[in-house]
Amino acid sequence: MASELDLSRDRLDAPFARRVEELSGENPYACYQCGKCSAGCPFADYMDALPNQVLRLVQLGDESALALSAPWVCASCLACAVRCPKGVDIAKTMEALRILALRKGISPAPAGIDRPYPQIALVGAYRKLTP
Amino acid sequence: MNEVTVFIMGKGYRVPAGLTIMKAMEYAGYRLTRGCGCRGGYCGACATVYRLKGDYRLYADLACQTPVQDGMYIAQLPFTPAERPPYALQDLAPEGQTLLALFPELARCVACNTCTKACPQKLEVMDAVQAALRGDIRQVAELTFDCVSCGLCTMRCPAEISHHHVWQLARRLNGAYLTPRAKHVQERVQEIAARKFAVELDAFMSMDRDVLVAAYKAREIEA
Amino acid sequence: MKRLAYFPGCAMKDQARPDEAGTLHALALLGYEIAEIPRWNCCGTVYSLAQDDLMRHVGPVRNLLRVQGMGEKRVLALCAMCYGTLARSARFVQEPERLARINAFLDTEEDFRGGIGVVHLLTLLRDEVGYEKLPSHVKQSLNGLKVATYYGCMLLRPREFAVDDPDRPEVMERVLEALGAVPVPFPERTECCGAYLTVGRKDIVEERVGRILRSARGGGADLVVTTCPLCQFNLTERRPPEAPPLPVLYLGQVLGWAFGADEPTIAALLVGQPTPGEPVSSGGAR
Repeated sequence: MASELDLSRDRLDAPFARRVEELSGENPYACYQCGKCSAGCPFADYMDALPNQVLRLVQLGDESALALSAPWVCASCLACAVRCPKGVDIAKTMEALRILALRKGISPAPAGIDRPYPQIALVGAYRKLTP
Repeated sequence: MNEVTVFIMGKGYRVPAGLTIMKAMEYAGYRLTRGCGCRGGYCGACATVYRLKGDYRLYADLACQTPVQDGMYIAQLPFTPAERPPYALQDLAPEGQTLLALFPELARCVACNTCTKACPQKLEVMDAVQAALRGDIRQVAELTFDCVSCGLCTMRCPAEISHHHVWQLARRLNGAYLTPRAKHVQERVQEIAARKFAVELDAFMSMDRDVLVAAYKAREIEA
Repeated sequence: MKRLAYFPGCAMKDQARPDEAGTLHALALLGYEIAEIPRWNCCGTVYSLAQDDLMRHVGPVRNLLRVQGMGEKRVLALCAMCYGTLARSARFVQEPERLARINAFLDTEEDFRGGIGVVHLLTLLRDEVGYEKLPSHVKQSLNGLKVATYYGCMLLRPREFAVDDPDRPEVMERVLEALGAVPVPFPERTECCGAYLTVGRKDIVEERVGRILRSARGGGADLVVTTCPLCQFNLTERRPPEAPPLPVLYLGQVLGWAFGADEPTIAALLVGQPTPGEPVSSGGAR
């Protein structure tokens, strides 16, 4: 993440933030950065930015959010969604970031999937990790 | 002569009504070295897509089996690239995840049914994909028995599945492991090995070529 | 007999066959005529969380359309993931504009009219059968076997589709108590196992599974019970070597066994189990 942040109001309401909002159906500006999502996330240890930090980047309209590994480590368990005091379903924001990345050709999926896996695992992985 | 206008690869031609798409292309001057084969609807080489005026649908069919219609926009798909990983049938088991392990992209099916709509053989292609996904090999083999490997479903599939290779493996597994052995064939093979028909076979083996051909032509064929 | 449309999903026809077998055995005894929906397809396992990704809802909706075709108003799911995708897609397309777009795409099918309910085995047992009805069908008691009830994610989240209180669920505990088992304290019972990350990130899933199994063992469990075939796969196939090797069974397996079906794993677990002093009623450990 950047060491300096431009906190001017001009950065709010950025097109990127609006695009994420449109895709996720969740208002990123509802988040007041309490960090409860990150505290309860079972996968936070493996993320390069915590869920609340990912949402902060979206609030600031910072497209570098698309290059993070965090959305790909999120397993859509929705622990954050049921705990958010502002009712923001951050899992939906993570999904929007995955989809935007996939549509830009950014995908974390390994070229070859080591096999075999049960249907239920493969279907889920393909749906979340491939365009 | 009753004529219709068709557009082949975007260029308009007047062709006699009643021709198949394949005949119409040849009438228009195309010399088909790819994208045509048996001309009888069996080989699957002449996959073709077309649209009709005022209709949003993209139709798919075999050029040798489909009559032209006025205003048809036609393009041929002589070949569909499809992935088939190497396998040895004797090393595979007819189990639930065998197809999925070799063709994991089966798991990308979204049940859009585009494959079924594209099938010139009117197979329930999506049902076969779903059966393959859940490992019902026998069902896949039965649903795809009439597949001619034309590749039209594969070209239209948003999940990028290589259908005909999956079907072929399913039918091979079904034939090799799931279909009951034909007992009478095994018995007959043993009888031949035991030289039960030695006199008859030896007679054939020592026949002159002309006599053998005549005997072949005169053989009794079961109706 | 009460007719009930049933969506199996891929797992019930493959890795989770014992779940289906046990459940169907039990539901028949409870007076249900289970009608598997014709030509069902994969539910998609993970619900699309995007607003514009209508294609991902086609699979679930097509299944609901088959239920409509049967003249039924609701459908039963056993698998937690199937339950989640079907129930959520059913709600998603309730909005008329989305429904119209889906129907325009499904141009070879009759229009989906909506209004199909999705019910999970657990809510069926709680709300329709009733916990109190279960003991009278028990042919072989679970005899005080200590179970860790693993809910995972899809049964409890999001809140609108939860089969029970997402923070303090008790439905699985109550069902298992009625069958003679003793639920143990299990703090990790609602924590994610890592789900589909099992494909690309085994390391993460192994760490999750280790925590979950240690939590189950810490409560004194003899076995783990779940309704999710992906959880079952991860808890068994992604168990790190140092984590306790607890058997992980499907709810239907346990239910079926208690109702008299054959289930070798449970029979083996019960060998050498002390008979509890008195029958277990309710209020198991939390």
